[in-house]
Amino acid sequence: MYYAVSIAILVTMGLALVRAILGPSVYDRVLAANVFGTKTVLLLSVIAFLYGRPDFLDLALTYALINFVGVLAVLEFFQSRSRADAQTGGDQ
Amino acid sequence: MELTLDILSWILMTTGGLFVLIGGIGALRLPNIYTRMHAASLTDTMASILVLTGIMLQAGFSLATIKLMAILVFLLLTGPTASYAIANAALLSGMRPDAAETSPDKAKTPTEPSA
Amino acid sequence: MIVVVFGVFLLTILVVTAVAIVRTENLFVAVMLMSIFSLLMAANFFILDAADVALTEAAIGAGITTVIFLGALALTARREEAVSSGRMVPLAVVTVLAMVMIWATFDKPRLGDPDAPVHQHVAPWYLEKTPELIGIPNVVTAVLGTFRGYDTLGEVFVVFAACIGVLFVLSAGGLRDRSKEADAESIGLKHHLIPKVVGRLLVPFIVLFGLYVQFHGEYGPGGGFQAGAIIATGIILYALLEGETNALRALPRRVLLGMVVGGALLYTLVGVAGMLLGGNFLDYSVLASDPVVGQQVGIILIEAGVGITVCGSLLSIFHAFAAREAS
Repeated sequence: MYYAVSIAILVTMGLALVRAILGPSVYDRVLAANVFGTKTVLLLSVIAFLYGRPDFLDLALTYALINFVGVLAVLEFFQSRSRADAQTGGDQ
Repeated sequence: MELTLDILSWILMTTGGLFVLIGGIGALRLPNIYTRMHAASLTDTMASILVLTGIMLQAGFSLATIKLMAILVFLLLTGPTASYAIANAALLSGMRPDAAETSPDKAKTPTEPSA
Repeated sequence: MIVVVFGVFLLTILVVTAVAIVRTENLFVAVMLMSIFSLLMAANFFILDAADVALTEAAIGAGITTVIFLGALALTARREEAVSSGRMVPLAVVTVLAMVMIWATFDKPRLGDPDAPVHQHVAPWYLEKTPELIGIPNVVTAVLGTFRGYDTLGEVFVVFAACIGVLFVLSAGGLRDRSKEADAESIGLKHHLIPKVVGRLLVPFIVLFGLYVQFHGEYGPGGGFQAGAIIATGIILYALLEGETNALRALPRRVLLGMVVGGALLYTLVGVAGMLLGGNFLDYSVLASDPVVGQQVGIILIEAGVGITVCGSLLSIFHAFAAREAS
């Protein structure tokens, strides 16, 4: 049954990658990266048990904790960019 | 007892896998960013709960279960927050949620943030 | 068998991602694809049973690279400049190099082949001697910490030199004077209540988990590099939530530079202490009366040095990017 779940997760990773490459907006890519992050956490948890090495769960825990720092950085990036654009009146 | 647990965890994990797939298809096929986010984030949360609970039943009562619980708690906290952050960033850049819009490729959604 | 299929599938989408990164002109899209690339890389390492490497990739790739890339992106243009001429020579060079590398792989033993030279020569010795000489379960930490202590010392100094180099490059030109400007410039995500509450909740857990990885490195996957990166991520999260200024108030630049220097010094001093106590440089057996305990003490000390240096370097680089004026 671990196999069934892993295959579902891998297929979804493929779908998310297609979304990340197609876009069209940059937010689709952020969303795809985020989906990818959660799916990686799940995949790592499942595979840790597939291998019978539960101490490898630390890795999934790392991702669960710090994946979202990247997404927050994106939010901060757009926020400061829109503020900078508001000051200079946009540079493009 | 053992068998019941196995069947239960099997059901949980398979349903979780199904949710994962549905979310992936939704994130690929739905027409605009907000609907796609809707599909991806909700199924993400549900699938995490189902899959991780399924594994927990397999792990029994051990350190691994505690770690899995921690993973689940952190995923439940960060997943929706990340979705909020993305939606907020999209909204800040001037993309309006528009229910009438159906085509993903029409130039109505800007392909770049309207900087 | 089916795990091999997983590996092949992951490698395939890894290649697709890499091609997409090269093809895209929008730098922000490239950053997002890089984060996906890093996730795939970690999953691949994990499937190959290399948990320590996977943890390093996770700690660096999940948060810090994205943050630092975005910091760099804020200072530069949003699109790659189109290059129209002079592409033939690089193409030829790359093609030739790729052919040579592919040709070289034909001489490699098959993946996981027990008869491969690497499995005949030193690896069995490490596996056999680690419990006897060092007495810790994680052989990777034993190899990095003591058997190949010189290599790890070199790596720490590479991190040190890289940090100094980045600081030099970034401090050329105008630094923005943060202290005089009002806090308006660095409000962070103060207006976003949900990320702020959740983030504040997570910061202590990230730092705690980093310390766990640091001190659990002898027993499971982990060690100084990973721990330093995870703790740095926690503090960067704080900086994102509360603004640069507040993060610098908590950990001023001087302290960060002290960490960079101090960690490398701690590692070296452990080596020198071994010499003073009558052993060789980086010979930890003499640090305690029992050689095995001495080895463990040495490993804990040098891992702490590594962690401090990595954490200090990553934070210094982060702040250096944030302090630059966009040109």
